[in-house]
Amino acid sequence: MLRIHQSELEAIRRHGEETYPHECCGVLLGRIEGDERLVGVAVRAGNTREDSPRNRYEIDPRDLVRIQRQAREQGLDIVGFYHSHPDHPARWSRTDLEEAHWYGCSYVITSVERGRAAVTHSFALAGSGEEDKHFVEERLEVVATPSFAPAGPRGN
Amino acid sequence: MKIHIPTPLRQYADKQDAVEVRGETVGEALANLTTEYADLRRQLFTEEGKLRAFVNVYLNDEDIRYLSKENTPVKEGDSLSIVPSIAGGC
Repeated sequence: MLRIHQSELEAIRRHGEETYPHECCGVLLGRIEGDERLVGVAVRAGNTREDSPRNRYEIDPRDLVRIQRQAREQGLDIVGFYHSHPDHPARWSRTDLEEAHWYGCSYVITSVERGRAAVTHSFALAGSGEEDKHFVEERLEVVATPSFAPAGPRGN
Repeated sequence: MKIHIPTPLRQYADKQDAVEVRGETVGEALANLTTEYADLRRQLFTEEGKLRAFVNVYLNDEDIRYLSKENTPVKEGDSLSIVPSIAGGC
């Protein structure tokens, strides 16, 4: 299960609307407690796939290094990632699975239809490695009160 | 030196988020890491012993691909970050 505060979910969806018709992407920072991932803050990242931004995204590893350092300073972990599917269902694609390597993390996908955020789903990347990785849809629990409130910028 | 272990690989490093290893180069440090935590080897390297394409290794803030790769020398106070790629699309 992925638990996320209403404000962070809205920030993710708004990001998808702002970048439409291109895919947006970002990092979810928080804590892992057993089988639950708790999101403290969603950090925006840039999409380096300038060659095909309408249907591809990639986060610059340099941004991940920076965001990971930010997370450590706040006592948080990377618990997942988000991206949008412009005019496409909020379900993982074969490309999403092929390019997914953060086992045990959540991949949140928002469909953005004609510029408006529609559905948001979350998928846990199950398995222990490349040979057995697979997505499992997980419950996305939206909470009104944050479990914790780390300080820090959302990113670009 | 310290090697930061990303979330998906901590299960292979006794659940640690960072490991201290010795080494004069990036390659030595990674070899010592996978000697101590053998299950990490196949997650990081191909059967031919090359770093998997989706595994990015940063020495401080520099991608080792743009330095001297595994031959990049390291010094006290340096840190390595293992960062699997994030990509996808509809």
